[in-house]
Amino acid sequence: MQQQQEVDFTQKLDAGLWRRLIGYMKPYHKHLFAIMGTMAVSAVCDTLFPLMTREAIDRFMLDGAGAGVGLFALRYLLIVLTQSLCIFAFCHLCGRAECGINRHIRALCFRRLQELSFSYYDTMPVGFIISSITSDTARLGETVAWGLVDLFWSGCYIIITAATMLMLHVQMALLVLAVMPVIAVVAVWFQMRILAGYRIVRKTNSQITGAYNEGIMGAKTTKTLVREEANCREFAELAGTMRFASIRAAVLSALFLPIVTSLGAIATALVLWKGGSEVYAMTGSVTIGTLAAFISNATGIFEPISNIARIFADLQATQAAAERVVSTLETEPEIWDTPEVVEQFGDSFQPKKENWPEIKGDVTFSHVSFHYNTSEEVLHDFSLEVKAGQTVALVGETGSGKSTIVNLICRFYEPTAGEIRIDGVDTRKRSMLWLQSHLGYVLQQPHLFSGTVRENIRFGRLDATDEEIERAAKMVDADGFIRTLEHGYDTQVGEGGNRLSTGQKQLISFARAIIADPAIFILDEATSSVDTETEQKLQTAIATALRGRTSFIIAHRLSTIRNADMILVIRDGKIVEQGSHKSLLKQRGYYYRLYVNQFREEGERATFEQAANA
Amino acid sequence: MQSKPTSKGLLRRFSALMQGSRSKYLGSMFAVLVAVLVSFVTPLLFAGTVDAVSNVLSGTPSVSVNLPQPFRAFYDARGGEAYLAAHIVSVAGILILINLIGGLFQYLRGKWSAEASEMIAERMRNRLYAHLLSMDFAYHAKAETGDLIQRCTLDVETVRRFLASQVSEVFRTVVMIVMALTLMSRIHVGLTLISLILIPPLFGLALWFFHWVQKLFAEADEADGKLSAMLQESLTGVRVVRAFARQQYESERFGQRIDDVHDKSVRVSKVMAVYWSCSDMLSMLQTGLTLIFGIRFALRGEISTGDVLVFVSYISMLIWPIRQLGRILSDFGKCKVSLGRIYDILDAPSETDTHGASPADLYQDIEFRNVSFGYDAEKPVLKNVSFRVKAGQTVAILGATGSGKSSMMHLLQRLFEPTDGEIRIGDRPLYTIDKKYLRTRVGYVMQEPFLYSRSIRDNIAITQPNALMADVERIADVTASSEFIGEFEKGYDTMVGERGVTLSGGQKQRVAIARTLLRQNDILILDDSLSAVDTETDRAIRMALVKEREHGGRTPTTFIISHRITTLADADLILVLEDGGIRQMGTHSQLIHTPGLYSRVYRIQTALEDELQRETA
Repeated sequence: MQQQQEVDFTQKLDAGLWRRLIGYMKPYHKHLFAIMGTMAVSAVCDTLFPLMTREAIDRFMLDGAGAGVGLFALRYLLIVLTQSLCIFAFCHLCGRAECGINRHIRALCFRRLQELSFSYYDTMPVGFIISSITSDTARLGETVAWGLVDLFWSGCYIIITAATMLMLHVQMALLVLAVMPVIAVVAVWFQMRILAGYRIVRKTNSQITGAYNEGIMGAKTTKTLVREEANCREFAELAGTMRFASIRAAVLSALFLPIVTSLGAIATALVLWKGGSEVYAMTGSVTIGTLAAFISNATGIFEPISNIARIFADLQATQAAAERVVSTLETEPEIWDTPEVVEQFGDSFQPKKENWPEIKGDVTFSHVSFHYNTSEEVLHDFSLEVKAGQTVALVGETGSGKSTIVNLICRFYEPTAGEIRIDGVDTRKRSMLWLQSHLGYVLQQPHLFSGTVRENIRFGRLDATDEEIERAAKMVDADGFIRTLEHGYDTQVGEGGNRLSTGQKQLISFARAIIADPAIFILDEATSSVDTETEQKLQTAIATALRGRTSFIIAHRLSTIRNADMILVIRDGKIVEQGSHKSLLKQRGYYYRLYVNQFREEGERATFEQAANA
Repeated sequence: MQSKPTSKGLLRRFSALMQGSRSKYLGSMFAVLVAVLVSFVTPLLFAGTVDAVSNVLSGTPSVSVNLPQPFRAFYDARGGEAYLAAHIVSVAGILILINLIGGLFQYLRGKWSAEASEMIAERMRNRLYAHLLSMDFAYHAKAETGDLIQRCTLDVETVRRFLASQVSEVFRTVVMIVMALTLMSRIHVGLTLISLILIPPLFGLALWFFHWVQKLFAEADEADGKLSAMLQESLTGVRVVRAFARQQYESERFGQRIDDVHDKSVRVSKVMAVYWSCSDMLSMLQTGLTLIFGIRFALRGEISTGDVLVFVSYISMLIWPIRQLGRILSDFGKCKVSLGRIYDILDAPSETDTHGASPADLYQDIEFRNVSFGYDAEKPVLKNVSFRVKAGQTVAILGATGSGKSSMMHLLQRLFEPTDGEIRIGDRPLYTIDKKYLRTRVGYVMQEPFLYSRSIRDNIAITQPNALMADVERIADVTASSEFIGEFEKGYDTMVGERGVTLSGGQKQRVAIARTLLRQNDILILDDSLSAVDTETDRAIRMALVKEREHGGRTPTTFIISHRITTLADADLILVLEDGGIRQMGTHSQLIHTPGLYSRVYRIQTALEDELQRETA
């Protein structure tokens, strides 16, 4: 993921993008303005210090007059206190703004993700989305809040200092200001290259992480193949690249600072020469205090300049992150309820359930054609009539596209032509939430969420009582094993449910599906083998789930296939045969071959367990 | 895991790591010294000039300038302050010159310390990698990948950063303090004391704060981790969320997580705001104190104007490094922990071989004599296993999960050693045969094989990097891999794994068999390695194998683990393993007539075939 994140680095700074992004941060604009105000005050304080030194020299030390030192000290203290207050205020405000912007942008992104269609998820790896929502937004918050502080402070400081110098002595001021553009150019040049250098380092570093990952995961294989030395050689090359890249980047940074300091020293030397000679010549235009103030200004003005260079380089580096976040926010879902539908039934976040019609469960495909983005048509003029309560089995090899039909029924995708009707009404005339609230869905790889068993079952119907949850569990024969868990229904299932076995997760996902008493039931049957006992329980669960519901099953089990009212045989994404089990076997076509193979496989697996346990 | 290293051991380890880069390291320290010296001279030059000019103006120029040697000698020889004030351009020249020298050494410091620390980091990375691969099978069977990777990457980075910048930063700070103290106390002891009065509380504040804030950071990180976990779960389960229409519910859950992250991070930033403002206030007050008392001492004539400026400069130069020092010292603990975690790996023993082990002819009869084995002594996995096969024969093994089949095969590659009994190949005990040699001649295909993330071609040729493409293609044909490889757009150049396609279990198994067969084997082990291909392909591959043997002339002694009767039936010897012991032994025709697991499985599988015949008739 890191790699993906680093690749797309754009060269030009895109002001429009940043403006749009800052637009998304609207609730925090007042914070940002407050920060700028504080920074301006802070920059003024910073420029006051050299002036205080000037006064100390000219008024007290050179004149030998001690009167007023107390007041001077008091003024100094006042500036210190103001400055400390400013520092506290902007640290606090920046922290607030950073965290707040993070939260705000993350919430916007997540909400958008809830609306986006599956075609989005098909093209975006989950890891990529996660890193965009976590690290990209974090970087944006940081860059906007702190970058802005630095930028504004640096700008104010440079302007005020330049103005002060010009007021004190025009000629000397011009000497210092003459060096400024040189430093600015050098700073920008270096900062860009330093950032680019570290980007290569990060990229190599993620390759190294990958190499360790492969090295450790594959260690057993490497041992059996006696590949240790070859692997070490390859790794050493990578480690060498890493050293080379790191040294390159480090040397560039090591070069940058001394160059800026040396340029600064030239400016200071010019001031010392010019100012010192003026004092010596007693023209009266320069005092020793002024000279000291100038020297300290001349040294101080260069830090903000390289600061600004760094911020711009930073902005450019963060731009890729900004682009990713903005593109997430501005991606339009492909499947939308029309405004009329939303008007009547509400949207996914504010449903109007009082207007929702009852559902019976007739499903009709009427001249449906469909293709996934840019790929060839997988359904062409397909029609199918399923009466409420019937079971349809989808059969085919792995990867043959059995889930297409399911995706269309769930309205995860929409037909490119024709329509899908539920109870005789086009699904697009009902809200997505209405349809999906009446679906029961069990995945091949059951997906549970961290939390207790109870919470996971309740996911199916949020207002279910504890009794209802237990009843649902009993219906799918899951109650028994749940009670043997350490805390029964209150047992934590772990991340993704990984503290439970696959069979247990499947049972819970059945309970979760039927607690909502859905009219339409979708089942993607698992292929993974479970022990005989769990297998029997799963059969019960399936039977319970199908009873009285219109069901679509991506089927792997012989018993499920045989019991279906209708079988759709799918090959290379297309429906090639259709009919009942008996009639399809008679055809001796593709289904026949699939069935024979399946029969053998399942036979071997199940019978071996059976024989071994006998 | 190992015990924590003592400080002494830690030092030894550091110095061992620095082997070969010590001169660079010392060089960078020297460069620090020069750079600091130069930075301290600059204010002195200003001070000398200011004093000279003001003395000349007030009509009391001294014959000796207020400059350090050798500059003082230079100006004194030419007439002292009067000369200097008239030739300020010379001071400006010196200023530029020494700053260039300082800049050069500043650069050298960065360059040398980067070179030294990167060399150390490279060595650590290579050693860790090599050591991980050298560890025995048992270590990897138990290893936690995520944790190990973290040690090899993040912990190495912590140590590297410590060596690259933090050590020399500490050194620089100490040098600065010593130098400042020396120079300042030579000018005015009273003002020196006043100038340092707020330094200890400042340092203490930094030390205490950074130590303490780490806990808050850790809490914020934890909240971050929970957020990522929640996202991961919710996004991988997006189908479930949609199918149950739980968008609103998920948004609320996400809202809780980001609120948590927000609150924890705001707390950190609040504390940071207090710290920064307090420590900045102390710093500014310190500068102010120095200035005000400087004025007092100057009025009393105890100190020159220039000297006050020197004090003010020195203090502002010192304050920042001292505040950083607090941070570095509190980081030191982290480095120590990281180094300990790295050495936990490096100190774990590597796999060793029997003393005097040597290659041997492996195409010989194989005999198991009363072999027992267990991962821990209490629970034996294999009990008293004895059997004998002739060179070139095929042995099939049937047994339930956990019956010890795979362990028996691990012993043949010496991935583990028997706890009792002996395995002999010909007249050589197995443990006297060189491990590496043994493993290059015994082909072992596992049930869930690991493929490297490189092209399919490279994966097959991994055992023989110089293999001809024709050989790779031929072996892909034999293992029925060429069909699915041909379906990929890039064919044999298709990348496998993270950066490429994900192969199915059956496809992986076929590639794994191919890579093993590409090499000459004396013994071949197929550890349930056809379980994920269908029965027909299984048969086709085995047929092709037989043909291949006839081609190559010599048949490796083959061990096949499977639960398909059709796969087992042709073997010269069938072993039925139950509970770690051989329950039955014989050929197919013998075993189907003996009551036991084999005949049970045989009967059920045949009955199923009959049922299929009936149904499809």
